[in-house]
Amino acid sequence: MAIDIEHRAPAARERTYVHRYSAFARVNHWITALTFVALALSGLALFHPSLFFLTGLFGGGALTRVIHPWLGVLLVISFFGMFLQFWRANLWNQDDTKWISKIGDVVKGDEEKLPELEKYNAGQKGVFWGQSLMILVLFCSGLIIWDQYFGGYVSIDTNRLAALVHAVMAFFAILLIVVHVYAGIWVRGTVSSMTQGRVTGGWAWRHHRKWLRREARGGKEAGE
Amino acid sequence: MANQSLNLLRRSASTDVPAVAGGAQIEVAKLIDVSKCIGCKACQAACLEWNDLREEVGVNTGVYDNPHDLTPHSWTLMRFAEWDNPDTGNMEWLIRKDGCMHCSDPGCLKACPAPGAIVQYTNGIVDFIHENCIGCGYCLKGCPFNIPRISKVDHKAYKCSLCSDRVAVGQGPACAKACPTTAIMFGTKDAMKAQAEKRIVDLKSRGYANAGLYDPAGVGGTHVMYVLHHNDKPEIYAGLPHEPKISPLVAAWKGTGKVLALGALAFAAIGAFVHHTVVGANRVSEHDEENAAELIEATRAKTSGGDGPEARV
Repeated sequence: MAIDIEHRAPAARERTYVHRYSAFARVNHWITALTFVALALSGLALFHPSLFFLTGLFGGGALTRVIHPWLGVLLVISFFGMFLQFWRANLWNQDDTKWISKIGDVVKGDEEKLPELEKYNAGQKGVFWGQSLMILVLFCSGLIIWDQYFGGYVSIDTNRLAALVHAVMAFFAILLIVVHVYAGIWVRGTVSSMTQGRVTGGWAWRHHRKWLRREARGGKEAGE
Repeated sequence: MANQSLNLLRRSASTDVPAVAGGAQIEVAKLIDVSKCIGCKACQAACLEWNDLREEVGVNTGVYDNPHDLTPHSWTLMRFAEWDNPDTGNMEWLIRKDGCMHCSDPGCLKACPAPGAIVQYTNGIVDFIHENCIGCGYCLKGCPFNIPRISKVDHKAYKCSLCSDRVAVGQGPACAKACPTTAIMFGTKDAMKAQAEKRIVDLKSRGYANAGLYDPAGVGGTHVMYVLHHNDKPEIYAGLPHEPKISPLVAAWKGTGKVLALGALAFAAIGAFVHHTVVGANRVSEHDEENAAELIEATRAKTSGGDGPEARV
């Protein structure tokens, strides 16, 4: 039969909200996000000829070449701010291993089959550590090929390797951001955590129940 | 602007190379006969003169090379090397005029991201079109001979143009014109190869068994060629590469790699769209909200107080 019948629960009496990100964290995130997008656009413009037209967004080819590395410096500073705030919550634990082993249920959105999670799931942690590592490599390889200030410090072959590494890392970083952005869109109710700083209790219950339990206890660990 | 008297064969970062009108041009070449060079640097002076360049007054560090390396102003440079020939016991003074080799397969052009900043004419000359150059330095990474230099003043890349402006009006390059021993010759590539053959025969008859023409196949041949007395070891001539070719790192970076990477990124975006279409949004249900409210209330009742989450009606 092509008809589904859905039994809806009556509207909840109360709507609860859980605080997830401070204003500082949010501003920090959006500076990082905007910088990343600008870096991706200016970088892709110099990566593939068919995207060279993107240099128009930055005032032409020469200005794109000038601006891109400075954006990189800004990204490193901004991301470092996020790293300091979030690294502890992104440490790997056994729930993450379990979560990864049930990646099929994750993709289907079948979350009742997944372990209860703290503030971040393994995918989010993957984005965090992946970006941390890749931004570091991008920064180092980027310095090597920042010809205006660092030209001639290393051999040309090292320069070639740095250019290749920079491109490969940027590719994976952009790919990871595509996943990150899509996850934020797919999992409804997520964006408000970065716009208003809070999520609904239901969102926390569904996706990060362990975290919700801890928050409900006033941030204390169980048994404290 | 690219020279309008010369036909384009290739243009950096472009697929739209205009069809050649008026038939193919004959390939030209500069032949540098190292065995005839006396190291007078007239070619360097002529290059500065014709191209209206001025080099900074440098310092002497005890070698003849002046300046010490190619610069944005010095597009050609005499490199002096002393080599002890183990077979004869003689010290040989090898003088090589360094500069752009005008490869048939130019690494600089392949690495260049700016459309039309590097062009290759049908006569073989590889030319930098400075108005299109963005100064990224990718050509330095692409070049197997370490030739282009970026100006600290206008941040654009410079190198020998093989006097494309002179060649376009039927003249030879300024360096060839100035050379007092005709160690630098200019003509069609075929004529230069024929000339080189004669010179090699002569050198071999005088004991240079390995004399030969340096026209490396790894870069598809070049439009600046050397006659070397020791063609079996070009590296003794101040590091002339033995078998130059575009670095595999550059080939991976600016070859198929860039197409695959862009394709994969597009595929990821499409994949996300398909996933959303198939699975649908991952929504929080009213049930979830109720469970959360109950959990929060129950926990609060138990602990009574503390900085819990804000709860609102």
